[in-house]
Amino acid sequence: MGLITPDLGLLFWTGLVFVLLLVILTKFIWKPILTSVNAREQKISDALELAEKTKAEMVALQASNENLLKEARAERDAIVKDAKEVATEMVEKAKAEAKAEANKIVESARATINTEKTAAIAELKNQVAAISLEIAEKIIRGELSSDEKQKALAEKMAGDINLN
Amino acid sequence: MSLIFSAKRFFSLLVAILVFSSSFASDHHSEEAGIAKREFNVREMIMHHISDAHEWHLWGGHHDAVSIYLPIILIDGGLKTFSSSHFYHGKPLEAKDTTSKKEVAYVAGVGPATGYAMFEEEIYKLNSEGVLEINAGKVVDAESPFDFSITKNVLSLFMGAVLILLILSNVARFYKKNGPVAPKGLAKYLEVLIVMVRDDIAKANIGEHKYKKYVPYLLTIFFFIFINNLLGLVPFLPGGANLTGNLTVTLFLAVCTLLVTLVSANKNYWLHIFAMPGVPKPLLIIMIPIELVGILTKPFALMVRLFANMTAGHIIVLALVSIIFINQNAAWGGLSVPMALFISVLELLVAFLQAFLFAMLSALFIGAAVEEAHH
Repeated sequence: MGLITPDLGLLFWTGLVFVLLLVILTKFIWKPILTSVNAREQKISDALELAEKTKAEMVALQASNENLLKEARAERDAIVKDAKEVATEMVEKAKAEAKAEANKIVESARATINTEKTAAIAELKNQVAAISLEIAEKIIRGELSSDEKQKALAEKMAGDINLN
Repeated sequence: MSLIFSAKRFFSLLVAILVFSSSFASDHHSEEAGIAKREFNVREMIMHHISDAHEWHLWGGHHDAVSIYLPIILIDGGLKTFSSSHFYHGKPLEAKDTTSKKEVAYVAGVGPATGYAMFEEEIYKLNSEGVLEINAGKVVDAESPFDFSITKNVLSLFMGAVLILLILSNVARFYKKNGPVAPKGLAKYLEVLIVMVRDDIAKANIGEHKYKKYVPYLLTIFFFIFINNLLGLVPFLPGGANLTGNLTVTLFLAVCTLLVTLVSANKNYWLHIFAMPGVPKPLLIIMIPIELVGILTKPFALMVRLFANMTAGHIIVLALVSIIFINQNAAWGGLSVPMALFISVLELLVAFLQAFLFAMLSALFIGAAVEEAHH
């Protein structure tokens, strides 16, 4: 059998075996293998896509969380600020009230003192008047104790009236 | 890749020189000294190993050889089947070559093989005088029956096919049982090749939309060539036949690719052959024959490439081993064994590469045939 002369018998057997092999392999072997491999590749690509999507979602979620956190912080700050303001106000108000009360107390104390003073002065005046009256009575009594004296006084008074 | 090819060509040349010079030298030597006629003949040994045969030689030489005699199937006015031992243990005859005037040995069959003779593994009918006439190394004036024998190559083909089925059915079973999961065991290794054929060969060359139909063909051709290439590298049964280095086999595979190409060719493909767009009409007279020849040269190149690469690989390894026998000294094994080992390892690569290339180029030709016009 020459090296480069085609051989009919071998050609026949090669053809037979190859065609049978092609049919059997295509039907029973390549098909299930390729189906599985394709299905797996699909599965993997799906999974990757899902992972990518989830990742994007996570990023979005994180961003929204961040926003939420920021808002919450801002709100907290606002609340704290308000509270501080209110507290300050309250303190101010309390202070003002206290001051007003104190002023009032001082005022009323002053009024009381004034009243007392007036009363004291009035009493003093009364006493002074009474004492003066007593003194005057005593003096008048002294003046009027003799006739001459009564006469001198009456004259003097009459003189005063004349002068007027 | 081109480096490997050129290295291979270089080796082939080297070996060819080595083989021919040494065989001439030994002929010369034997004539001069007149010693034993059956001296070690490298050329004969190598040709014996790379050619087809009707027996599977296991070991031993000449009279104490141990062989498996393969069945002979002849169609010659009816089906005739018998063992090839009726030739190998037949009646040795000699004919005088009418051109070279040398005695040429052949065997006439005995028993059921009576009436047939085998010369260089080819079966002929004996002429009316019961002999063969040989002229210039060829049998003349003899009818040859249709020989559908299970030869060494055919048996190797069967074993290769069984091996392919065993290996791949194991892989298919894995996927059937487990569904779309990560591959394990044999499937892990073969899936790489299967996916490579699908993506890098079919999809890359045929195109995204049309490749699916051709994947089974390309996979089959790839694994057929790859497994048989590897089997050919095993130096003993079940390997050792030079199946993918046989021109008949590569011819068949190339014709398959040609047929697939022609059957799937679309209008655009034929238009490019018979009326190349943009080419002036008178020029078509030259272009059409060139294009028609081009249809055939592509598969022809496929055929020759696989044949030559595999045969060359076998020849190199055999020639390197022959160094020991030419020099009749085992010490030469120190040179020949490492070199043969190196070439054998290279052949493992070539076995894959040639299968890949055959499938790749088939896909390329199919891709060109199904390509849509884009101008």
